[in-house]
Amino acid sequence: MMGSENPGFEEAHLFASREEMESLVLDDPLTTHHPNNNNNNSYSSFRSANSSISESTRHPLSPPVLSNPADSDPLLSPPVYRNPNASDNNSYIEPPSYADVIFSPFDDNSANEINRIDSTSKDPDSSLSLSRSSSSSSDYIKITVSNPKKEQETANSLVPGGNTYYTYLITTRTNIPDFGSSEFSVRRRFRDVVTLSDRLAEAYRGFFIPPRPDKNVVESQVMQKQEFVEQRRVALEKYLRRLAEHPIIRLSDELKVFLQVEGRLPLSLSTDVASRMLDGAVKLPKQLFGESTAVVAPHEVVQPAKGGRDLLRLFKELRQSVANDWGGSKPPVVEEDKVFMEKKERIHDLEQQISNASQQAEALVKAQQDMGETMGELGLAFIKLTKFENEEAMYNSQRVRAADMKCLATAAVKASRFYRELNAQTVKHLDTLHEYLGIMLAVHGAFADRTSALLTVQTLLSELSTLHSRAEKLEAASSKIFGGDKSRNHKIEELKETIRVTEDSKNVAIREYERIKENNRCELERLDKERRVDFLNMLKGFVVNQVGYAEKISDVWTKVAEETSGYARDS
Amino acid sequence: MEQQRSVSGLSQSPRSPSSQPYLSVSVTDPVKLGNGVQAYISYRVITKTNFPDYQGPEKIVIRRYSDFIWLRDRLFDKYKGIFIPPLPEKSAVEKFRFSAEFIEMRRQALDVFVNRIASHNLLQQSEDLRTFLQADEETMERLRSYETGIFKKKPADLMQIFKDVQSKVSDVVLGKEKPVEESNPEYEKLKHYVFELENHLAEAQKHAYRLVKRHRELGQSLSDFGKAAKLLGACEGQALGKAFSDLGAKSEALSIKLQKEAHQLLMSFEEPLKDYVRAVQSIKATIGERANAFRQQCELAETMKLKEINLDKLMLTRSDRVGEAEHEYKEFKAASEEATRRFETIVRQMNEEIVRFQEQKTQDMGIAFHEFAKGQARLANNVADAWRSLLPKLEACSSA
Repeated sequence: MMGSENPGFEEAHLFASREEMESLVLDDPLTTHHPNNNNNNSYSSFRSANSSISESTRHPLSPPVLSNPADSDPLLSPPVYRNPNASDNNSYIEPPSYADVIFSPFDDNSANEINRIDSTSKDPDSSLSLSRSSSSSSDYIKITVSNPKKEQETANSLVPGGNTYYTYLITTRTNIPDFGSSEFSVRRRFRDVVTLSDRLAEAYRGFFIPPRPDKNVVESQVMQKQEFVEQRRVALEKYLRRLAEHPIIRLSDELKVFLQVEGRLPLSLSTDVASRMLDGAVKLPKQLFGESTAVVAPHEVVQPAKGGRDLLRLFKELRQSVANDWGGSKPPVVEEDKVFMEKKERIHDLEQQISNASQQAEALVKAQQDMGETMGELGLAFIKLTKFENEEAMYNSQRVRAADMKCLATAAVKASRFYRELNAQTVKHLDTLHEYLGIMLAVHGAFADRTSALLTVQTLLSELSTLHSRAEKLEAASSKIFGGDKSRNHKIEELKETIRVTEDSKNVAIREYERIKENNRCELERLDKERRVDFLNMLKGFVVNQVGYAEKISDVWTKVAEETSGYARDS
Repeated sequence: MEQQRSVSGLSQSPRSPSSQPYLSVSVTDPVKLGNGVQAYISYRVITKTNFPDYQGPEKIVIRRYSDFIWLRDRLFDKYKGIFIPPLPEKSAVEKFRFSAEFIEMRRQALDVFVNRIASHNLLQQSEDLRTFLQADEETMERLRSYETGIFKKKPADLMQIFKDVQSKVSDVVLGKEKPVEESNPEYEKLKHYVFELENHLAEAQKHAYRLVKRHRELGQSLSDFGKAAKLLGACEGQALGKAFSDLGAKSEALSIKLQKEAHQLLMSFEEPLKDYVRAVQSIKATIGERANAFRQQCELAETMKLKEINLDKLMLTRSDRVGEAEHEYKEFKAASEEATRRFETIVRQMNEEIVRFQEQKTQDMGIAFHEFAKGQARLANNVADAWRSLLPKLEACSSA
């Protein structure tokens, strides 16, 4: 980067001078560093996480767009201490492009460079963050995903040596008694994660469920295997940690089984789309011709129509939703909760503002990064000049000037490092904004659960009223015939049976809807509470960070101003 | 950057009644004149002096950029060993030509230019300088337009011979293809130093310019971020919302500070570096002049020898062309001596100039560095203060 414009021998100069520059910095009494003394653990682990991330962020396919969750990549941002909930359609929010900025050429050159961090740099999380969990704060579940291994598909492989997949070691440490053990591991493949995610979506309708990592079929073909596997490992870890932070989901059976029970995860009720469609297609003619019950059984009603195998039900609910939107009459039950409607509006508005702020945060981080880089380059250019003047000095004035330049250059290089450190911290803090965008996805999912449950109720109510009027007509017609009409009476009996079943289903559907509404309400409360805390922590962390580094940078330059005060003019 | 202003003459305030000679100039008041393609900027040049050859203690004239070029060219031609102070560049980009920033930068640079001339013990005696500082606008315009004409009209036999020598004495006569160069190791070292220095300085200046841009970009992003934070605050409401709004306001305030610092950086740090680069380029021009003078000296010395040999031959044969040959020989001898004199003057002057140049640049850079450091410290303090003021409110929010 530095010496790219200069001819050959200048580059030799450059490397020599860079080392000299580094040793220059060491000499300076302002910051007392020892190259082998890494006293900032969180930073170095952050860096190692980042170097793996930064390697994996180098693939060609990651689009930098925030607003397209459906086709975005697994989360690539630095490790996070917060609870980012996100769900809906199983996709992450694309991480901010500034996640890349932490990786810089300086850090590349020597690990020592990183270790020479001023030991007084604050870790805002420890000193100022509020405790968020209302439950006993000593509860913890710590999940690590590691050790990816390539395995062979033993059964089903037609091609010898074909069909390999990767498994990951998932280690959990916890003090929660429900798990029955304090530390355990299990090997899982990505398919199991998809299953887990699907089962949670079924079981926890109305909750803000964090979205699972994307399948990334294209990337897995195009990317380097190592990179892709590492990227996936990181994403899985993040996902599982988020699940573990959710107060309800962390105690779920689904998660427990996933974390503890070795072996293939039992398939969920509604698995893949293909078999669903197939089953549905088989059922449909029977339903239409009245051979099987054209009725939604109560136990089926607790699942959304879309996920199920019942195409007829799907069609009916679709018709109902169209009627809701376009029909002249009001649907039998509507979303009446004004409070909810307002909240929904507000959430929507909030999401927009968070998205906007997240984008501007990205730009801010980039600008800080560029500032640091250019400052560093300026410093290096002056280092070269210093060397040059010293080597070629014929007059004392040159040596004086060289000394002045060195003073400036050293300061510039130091300031440049401070900017870079500042930025790494800024990223961590402002990343909260980005995380909450992910949470918004989960909120959408939860609201969608509610809508779909309502639609089911509405459909059943419409159905019931249709059935009742049909029954009435039949009875009216039948009563006209003396002695009764055997065939019609038979039909009436069947109809009454259908009505009974449908009535049961309706009640179950209503209960489900109410349950989901309650889940929504609780989650919204939790979201508001947690968001306030998280955002406040973010603001505090950001501000403290800015103050700290600004003070450091000011010290550096004040010193130079003092040393050059002899040149001061009375302006 | 007023660094050269009071260095002129003997740093006397023009108002103090004293017998110390002083010459102080200021270039001020840029005004756009004319229309369309022919529009240009005029400057007011105010001279305060007690030099005997000058008309009165104060004189004000109006000058434009091409007048400054005229002055520079004349000085360059007359004072061949001296490092003529550099001029700011002509602007390449059309629309930038009249931006406030560019105009101010140029005005400052022109001011420095004239004052450097006025404070140079040789240059300040220049008649051309006097003309520049005092002549009325019409005269100035005439001079500016007929510049090349004046050179052609100047009578000087020696001049003619010099010109002839340059065209007639070819490399064939001297038997080499390469131009003649001094073989002076110290001078070689100096030349190498000058050329290398330009590269280093150009790079430093490039980064300095980028740094200015970075300040502007950071300022812009702080402004945008501030606005977004305010909007988010409005949406959140309550204590948290207020915290966001306050943060947004601070961010916007800091944005303004950054833009200011960017401007300062441009004027007090980047411009001096550019000026340094230009000065080195001026030295390179002087090096060129020295090379010319050296070549002329060599060529004329050779030619003189040839004429001498020829004369001796003719004297031996008692030819009747002896008289003519003797005359020619005398001419070339004079020319050769003149060339040698000129060359040695250049060498002597350059030696003095180099010392002066190094000292001046140490001063100039020292000031620039000081201003730079002061500016950065000031900016960092502003940043720290602004963010720090938010902390008590944020603390109050959390405990609430």
